[in-house]
Amino acid sequence: MRLVRDQSHLIRRRPAIRFTFDGGMVEGHEGESVAAALWRAGLLGLRQAPDRGGPRGLFCCMGLCQECVVRLDGHLVESCRLTVSEGLILSRTEQGL
Amino acid sequence: MSTEADIAILGAGPAGANAALAADQAGARVLLVDDQPGPGGQVWRGKSAAILEAPPTPESRSGDALRRAIAASGMGHLSDSRVWTIERGDAGWHLHLADGAGQRRRINTRSLILAPGAREYVQPLPGWTLPGCIGLAGATAMMKRDLLPAGKRVVVCGTGPLVFFVASEIRRLGGGVAAIITANSRSDWLRTLPALASRPGLAARGALWIADLITAGVPILWRHTVTRIAGSERVQSVEVRRVDADWTPVGAPLFIEADACCIGHGLVPNSEPASLAGLKPRFDRKAGYWAPQAKPDGTTAIPSLFLCGDGAGIRGAAAAEIHGRLAGLSAAHSLGFGPGPDNALHLRYLKATRFGAAMETLSHPRPGLAALTTPETPVCRCENISRLALETEIASGAASVMAVKSGIRAGMGACGGRFCGTAVARILAAANGRSESEVPPATARPPLCPVSIATLAGDFRYEDLPIRKPAPL
Repeated sequence: MRLVRDQSHLIRRRPAIRFTFDGGMVEGHEGESVAAALWRAGLLGLRQAPDRGGPRGLFCCMGLCQECVVRLDGHLVESCRLTVSEGLILSRTEQGL
Repeated sequence: MSTEADIAILGAGPAGANAALAADQAGARVLLVDDQPGPGGQVWRGKSAAILEAPPTPESRSGDALRRAIAASGMGHLSDSRVWTIERGDAGWHLHLADGAGQRRRINTRSLILAPGAREYVQPLPGWTLPGCIGLAGATAMMKRDLLPAGKRVVVCGTGPLVFFVASEIRRLGGGVAAIITANSRSDWLRTLPALASRPGLAARGALWIADLITAGVPILWRHTVTRIAGSERVQSVEVRRVDADWTPVGAPLFIEADACCIGHGLVPNSEPASLAGLKPRFDRKAGYWAPQAKPDGTTAIPSLFLCGDGAGIRGAAAAEIHGRLAGLSAAHSLGFGPGPDNALHLRYLKATRFGAAMETLSHPRPGLAALTTPETPVCRCENISRLALETEIASGAASVMAVKSGIRAGMGACGGRFCGTAVARILAAANGRSESEVPPATARPPLCPVSIATLAGDFRYEDLPIRKPAPL
């Protein structure tokens, strides 16, 4: 018995499209956050912290912590503030920020 | 590009959005500025454009109503826009911001209402930097925006009501919860009953979440905490221990496998915008954090500056809504628009603060939780600075958060100290045997958020630099 029902089957999303992250194709829904699409695809580690601080990924999910930044057209962008669109090409940052 | 306003409002959560609506209705020319994709703040965050259909929740209904009211008002509204500095001018305030397209903009306004909200405090612990470990507030953001649960075997850990909300939402959205680990005891919760009775709807929802978790067989470990998050490239398991009344971890560890860990220990007011505007934060002894001070009507020590919502002290969304309306009415009235706030609204605000304050007390970290931060734990995530490195710097004479920052860069990274500042201050206070009230946060400096040099430069051209005539030989 469940008192809080699983409502995941009642959620309808836009059709899945694909974008590029670090040379690989990732599926996501147009308009959702890149961070969510990467998380769903199991891509949790997005960058390496400086001074051998280890892998880092999404943390605050609201544009404050800067842990989830990826590179878009040479610029650093928080993947939690970036939305998925067809043909988006993203790469990992080099070490650190 | 520059825009004029009577009243600019920074932040479109329950406080800021309601301040804007009240000032707009009073007849002022308002401009609402927010860094998120749409109004609602964190608590009423809207769904992403990818979601075509989803069952409504009380939060999504409140947020949708607010977004409709703002759209219907026709007020000026800049979303996805980040204010990176605030300047005081002769006739008001200047806000400098980067809009969604990265374009530089300037807002000139006679009065300014700040509604910057709060951020989550997470006590640094071993493994908290591993991918797969996110804040409780972060988990709610991802679930409200993208309707994505954090995982199939999520350990939800922390203090206050958010652990139960996050766990319940993970289950509603098709994920799974491995365990709930909360430092609060059942008697902590019993003590909040008078406050809970003032919000029967929310109390009933909370009771349903807990009943659901129990019937589903999800372990709820009261008076426990995660003491270590482990994994090679991502979260794979957590170590859990019992805590004493002071929340110091005691007893033998137990281990739980997990694919994600959501963790949080209460909220801290975002004091930086007010600080930059000249309103220094003060230590609130009762609440146990630094916050800029505003009166119940939203006025501050600076005549044309108003402050409302959780940014002035954590009192929750319901109180923030009313505080926002009060601040909006006060700001409008001070410029000659409308009658100003009335007594009935004041009383409603004071009543609403009780619930939020009780939840904050429940969430606020007790001193023993500091033991989670082992000497090797990175405290400053951006610069990867451990507690040991901080204590070494403090022992060598760094006596303030600013001194530690300039000495070893703790808090100087990309997040601007948002996620380590409070922890650094607490470590400093403990190391020097001082009270937290004697360790003020770092002085706020622009930029308030990361901003590119290209945006800062704007349409500046090198040729525009005034070059003086060379002195005669």
